[in-house]
Order: sequence, then C-alpha cells, then structure tokens
Amino acid sequence: MKLRIFVTLKPGVLDPQGKAIHKALGGLGFEGVNDVRAGKLIEMDVADATDDAAIDDMCKKLLANTVIENFRVERV
Amino acid sequence: MKTAVIVFPGSNCDRDIAVALEAVTGVKPAMVWHGESELPAGIGLVALPGGFSYGDYLRSGAVAARSAIMRAVVAAADKGLPVLGICNGFQVLTEAGLLPGALMRNEGLDFVCREVKLTVDNAQSAFTSRYAAGEEIVIPVAHHDGNYFADQDTLDRIEGEGRVAFRYAGQVNGSARDIAGVLNAGGNVLGMMPHPERRIEAAHGGDDGRRLFEGLLETVGA
Repeated sequence: MKLRIFVTLKPGVLDPQGKAIHKALGGLGFEGVNDVRAGKLIEMDVADATDDAAIDDMCKKLLANTVIENFRVERV
Repeated sequence: MKTAVIVFPGSNCDRDIAVALEAVTGVKPAMVWHGESELPAGIGLVALPGGFSYGDYLRSGAVAARSAIMRAVVAAADKGLPVLGICNGFQVLTEAGLLPGALMRNEGLDFVCREVKLTVDNAQSAFTSRYAAGEEIVIPVAHHDGNYFADQDTLDRIEGEGRVAFRYAGQVNGSARDIAGVLNAGGNVLGMMPHPERRIEAAHGGDDGRRLFEGLLETVGA
C-alpha cells in the first residue's frame, strides 16, 4: 500500500521558508500571491495489513513534530 | 565527577565538550556511541553535543532522538540524572520530549555564528548556580535552527516556573521571548543553543561558559 503523508506547519507557526519563497516570487514579478507556507511530502510503501493506528503512530512518533506540525495521510 | 558524552553520526562538538568537561572535572568523559543501549555506571552528567546529527534530516535532532541510547538517557533523566544538551543536543532533547517546545529555522533564515550576550534568568539551577540572576555573559552561538517555539500557554508556564535558564540579550534568531536555554520541570535537564564549552579559557576570548561546568561539579559532586 502506498501512502502520501503531508506534514505542514500548524497555523500561526512562523514559516521563514515560506516567507522567503513568497519574497522570491514577488522578486520574479508574480503578483497576487497572498501567502506561502512550505511543508513536506513523505511517500511510503507499507504492508497492506498496516492499520490506521500504526500509521498514526508513525506520524506522531517520528514523521511530524506535533508541537509545530500537523500531518495528513493520503492512501494512493 | 564522571561524565558521559553521547556521540551521534554527525556530532561535531563532541570533542569540544569532552575537553571542557575534562578541564573542569579532571576526568576524561566516557564517549558513548548512539547505538549503545546503556549509559556507563556512576556518572554525574550526560552531555549531548552540538553538530548536525543525521545531517539534520527530517528535522534537526529528530532521528537522533529516536536512537537506542536516548531511551537510556530519557530513563536516567526521569530519575534525576543531570543532562545537558547544547545546540544540536538541545534540539535532540526537545525532539525526545525531555524539554518542551521546538527549535525551528532561524527567523532570518541565516546560519548565525557569532558571540552573543545572554542574560542569566535562573541562577539557582544545578547548571547556573555559579552565575548571578540577571548577569550578562558572552557565549558563542553557531546554528541554523535555533528559533525557539512553544505555544503561549507553555511559554507562560515555563517562565512562571523559572525554567528559562538563559535569554538572548538582543535579537539572534527569532526565539520566542528571547529564550536561549530551557530547564525541565525537575531542573536536572538543560537545553541551550549557545556553546558554553567554547568559552572556558582566556584563549577562547573569555571564560563565561566555564562556570556552568564548575557549578555542575559543585552541585552534583566530585
């Protein structure tokens, strides 16, 4: 089973990387960009028997730092 | 006092902290590889050094915090053993859940490598007893991910409990409330971004870091 795990900064947590990207887009002349937030995409291939609880556990114990990040799991 | 320094793949201040600990305690620290599952017996301090463990992959300190030796470090910390995490060591301590908050990319995105002024907020911990409360000291920093973040409730709580050990005297990396070093609830775990081990003798340009180790030696015992 293939998974795509999106790890994003929680709302309200400052994202210096997103800000830099935003500024660079402005520098290239792109207008109308209101905000940019950068995150991570982690693609995994796991055994079909892997249950939701185990996937949730992997996200909370390692893939995301829940102090600053949210995660969302998508089954491909 | 016997001490141990944990060495992760990518640690690069492990020798610096070993030299500082030996200079103050007179005993060469045990260098403990991250794959070990037990700490040496009879130690009075575990130090987690600066560096770029696992190349900062995923998040700074994230992978190191899940290494075998960290289970032993967490268990020992829970029993009251002093643990000092410097720079990447601080990041590892937050990722391991021994300290609250997280260390994010510096606000200005730059790697900051220079001497900074710190104020000592709590001069009563095992780590800071040789400083005076409110004293200004100079210690170098060298980091990319030193921007301390915690939610407002957590910040209020750690400030209320006197758990901010050091603050930056000026803006350095965007840290919430200028926090540079944090203690755990028991006061036996300290994480700090500045490098006291790089400031222990006159040849370093000053020795403001030395008193941290001297204080520990005095508090924890010879």
